[in-house]
Amino acid sequence: MTPTEEPIIHARAIEKFYGPAEARIQVLAATDLSVYPGEILALLGPSGSGKSTMLRMLSGLASPSSGEVLWHGQPVVGPCPNVSIVFQSFALFPWLTVIENVEAPLKARGIAGAERTKRALHILDSVGLDGFEQAYPKELSGGMKQRVGFARALVVEPEVLFMDEPFSALDVLTAENLRSELLELWDGRKMPTRAVFIVTHNIEEAVTLADRVVVLGKNPGHVRTDFRIAMPRPRDHHDVHFLETVDYIYRVLTQPDLVPTPLPEPEAALAAPGAARAKYPMMPHARPGGIAGLLELLIDREGRDDIYHLADDLAFEIDDLLPIVEAASLLGYIHVKEGDAEITGEGKRFAEAGILRRKELFRVAAERVPLIRQINRALASKADHSMPADFFHDLLDEHFSDEEVERQLETAVTWGRYAELFDRDSSGRFFIPEETPQPAGDAAGVR
Amino acid sequence: MAFPLLGRSSMRERNWSALVDALVFAAILAGIYAVLATVKYWMGVVTPAAHISRSPTALPVYAFYSLMRMGVAYVLSLAFAVAYGYIAANNRRVEMVMIAVLDILQSIPVLSFLPGVMLSMVALFPTRQLGVELGSIILIFTGQVWNMAFSFYSSLKSIPRELREAALINRFSAMQRFVELELPFGTIGLVWNSIVSVAGGWFFLMACEMFVLGNHDFRLPGLGSYLQTAASSGDTAGIVWGLAAMIAVIVLLDQLLWRPAIAWSEKFKMEQVESAAEVTSPILHLLRNSDVSRWIEKRAVAPLWERLTTSPPRVAPSKVARTSHRGRIVGAIALAALAVAVPYLLVKAALLLKGLHRAELVATLQAAGASFGRVAASLGIASLWAIPAGVAIGFNQRLAKVAQPLAQIAASVPATALFPVVLLGLVRLGGGLGVGSIVLMLLGTQWYILFNVIAGAMAIPTELREAAAVFRFTRWQRWRTLILPGIFPYLVTGLVTASGGAWNASIVAEYFHFQGKIMTTLGLGAQISSATDSGNSQLLLISTIVMAMLVVCVNRLVWRPLYHLAESRYRLDS
Repeated sequence: MTPTEEPIIHARAIEKFYGPAEARIQVLAATDLSVYPGEILALLGPSGSGKSTMLRMLSGLASPSSGEVLWHGQPVVGPCPNVSIVFQSFALFPWLTVIENVEAPLKARGIAGAERTKRALHILDSVGLDGFEQAYPKELSGGMKQRVGFARALVVEPEVLFMDEPFSALDVLTAENLRSELLELWDGRKMPTRAVFIVTHNIEEAVTLADRVVVLGKNPGHVRTDFRIAMPRPRDHHDVHFLETVDYIYRVLTQPDLVPTPLPEPEAALAAPGAARAKYPMMPHARPGGIAGLLELLIDREGRDDIYHLADDLAFEIDDLLPIVEAASLLGYIHVKEGDAEITGEGKRFAEAGILRRKELFRVAAERVPLIRQINRALASKADHSMPADFFHDLLDEHFSDEEVERQLETAVTWGRYAELFDRDSSGRFFIPEETPQPAGDAAGVR
Repeated sequence: MAFPLLGRSSMRERNWSALVDALVFAAILAGIYAVLATVKYWMGVVTPAAHISRSPTALPVYAFYSLMRMGVAYVLSLAFAVAYGYIAANNRRVEMVMIAVLDILQSIPVLSFLPGVMLSMVALFPTRQLGVELGSIILIFTGQVWNMAFSFYSSLKSIPRELREAALINRFSAMQRFVELELPFGTIGLVWNSIVSVAGGWFFLMACEMFVLGNHDFRLPGLGSYLQTAASSGDTAGIVWGLAAMIAVIVLLDQLLWRPAIAWSEKFKMEQVESAAEVTSPILHLLRNSDVSRWIEKRAVAPLWERLTTSPPRVAPSKVARTSHRGRIVGAIALAALAVAVPYLLVKAALLLKGLHRAELVATLQAAGASFGRVAASLGIASLWAIPAGVAIGFNQRLAKVAQPLAQIAASVPATALFPVVLLGLVRLGGGLGVGSIVLMLLGTQWYILFNVIAGAMAIPTELREAAAVFRFTRWQRWRTLILPGIFPYLVTGLVTASGGAWNASIVAEYFHFQGKIMTTLGLGAQISSATDSGNSQLLLISTIVMAMLVVCVNRLVWRPLYHLAESRYRLDS
């Protein structure tokens, strides 16, 4: 249980990248990560942060582009000697019966006839599939299929059990059920597995299961925080500490620039290269229309809702919704507190206004955004009210990657255009449009 | 009241299974006898130009000989297809080359292989019937193997990533991976392509059993040679008898082999939920419930399976990179052999072509143009009727129930067998082979389009059709925005298969022995046939090269982009 114990799997500065050196796509920055005996480790992160890549490298399915993975101190070639994986899509062989599916890994290990059947039956029994031996996977429900997936993974008595979003293809109740059964097996020491490594995008799932949580950030993937959860299981979802932990992870995920303050007795977070770089406030990539949409939704929900639930209800990936939430918060249209979004008076006025009025309100609000303000001031101070794009590039490029600089400016133009503050011409030059309305009152007077 | 009834029904079930057992047993005995008889005949003294009797009583024996040839050729094709596909899919280094080679081989018509294959086989076994028979078998083989190999290869390439990973993380041996993952995954594709291939085999049976090679006359006893003899002597009764026998064999094969095979292969579908409409086969049902086949399954299949899939017990976890070493040596040897053989053959071919006259080259190109036009025309005509008919059938459940089996029977009649009849009609009407060959191509190819369009129309979701109805689309709008895009991927598949079939058919269609004389028309197929007949290897080579290039170019420039379009823009799933 203690981190001083020897890790089962130790990844040393593993990296993943594709393409030639000059146009390299970095998926995962050099990262250290260990899996210790006795722990359930949950790996969280937005999509594109390399969670799945990490799982495949640690299990030996994929080899890192650089760095190495050690299994009990020995470098591994190919899959680790004694691990299994539970897959998101179950990955059962549809032409084999339930028991044949479970026996397949035993066959690969050279275990013959009666012994093999005995072990398979035993494990099927323990995951509640007694009586389904001769069924084919397609005859089973999703939950039952994943039980077969668990049985197949557990039958070889893996030292480390890897799970790649094992519950995300199941409905809420089934997933809940399977989770608690898994915990029963684990906490009751009914399985010989010494460590579980689970990739998930569900924060509550991670806090329900894990002894240790690792959160990845993206562009490229890196470890943002790595901490232990010491609560006894089964954990009460309404418990204060539980909720605090959920909110903490939430905050880390929603604020990509935050250098996480260690909240619940964290293990030393492994600082990623470049994590400290982004201090300049980043513009979230959201469109004004999207922001208005979010505000209208919040009004429908009496002005406030849990962002997490909101994403769930909309069937949005949480990291698709986050930029919109951040943008609305930056503009002062909502208040975000511990995962809840509450609409402000200003937000309400914006959401309920007509299109022209919205533009005026947005113009005022956008002045709060540093990048918009800077561009606007710079343009206004020039006699011809225009500036080459390179000027703003230089302004930003010590804070962001080239690609991100372009995205930042792109978003700024989208906002500036909506607010009728400034625009960019075909050559990329920024300018203030001729008929830019003067302060709101005058414009209304003229019309 | 219920008791005696129950008793009787279970009794009948019993009798049934005893009968099935007897039948299975009889079939096995017959099979053994057939193999022995065939071996005896093949090992006998060679008679390259057998006398072909036109008496209907000779038909059962001829049908048997043809069936044996087709069977052996098919087994060879299956083995080759699986091996070739497996190697290509699992060796990144040779993959590109192997697939390009397959593409070219696929476009070479059967007849172009004829001289080389026949002469080498006869040279190999000069005194035995086996030589000639093997030649014929290999010809049939070259007509059916390529699409099967391609199908198996592309199945292997499309195995879902997580299934592959499941095999990898559980450290399946190569054999276990093959038997439990790769082979099952490729089975459905193999079964469907086998059906298409064997149908193609029937198509070419006439050409593969009876031909002239320079001054050698080859005639093997069989259905194909029977039909050809009957046709060339204008024996209408003989044609009808031969046709009837061939159709009977095809229908029997369909019922006894292909339908059970399709029903059995349902098991290998990659579906998450059980589908409502499964293909059923009473034969398969009976077989599954017979004691003999159960015994075979338990005593022979299961132990073999066990042997293949179970690895030897491991003392220590084995490390990788041993087989790849051996693979590298084999690869190097193969590469060296190729490096010698390819330039040698190229030089030989170039020397052969040097003697070619300019006029012959021009004639070849003209012939290519004529055949190309015919292929295009047959595809156009087939599309004109098959698309509307297919959509009508696909949209109408009741119509589909009646029309589909009828169309399947019509499709299984080999076009070459019908050709003499069609030709007789055309000659009476005063038409020539120029039109007649288009009709023959149509006979062979229209079904691919029809079946694919039916499948495509059935796959269009009901909601979309309802939406079109609710928004009161005009007829034109319905076709343009719903039906044509909806069936597009299926239509492309149908057209590709049909065009391949049409090119192959051109060989048989443009050059025909009929009523004692040779009917021919301008075309690449005719040129290949006559070059084979007269033993003109220069002309044969250049015509083959032109045809292969034409087919490969059309594949690259027309079909492949259309496939991409179908895969990316016109997909209805996901």
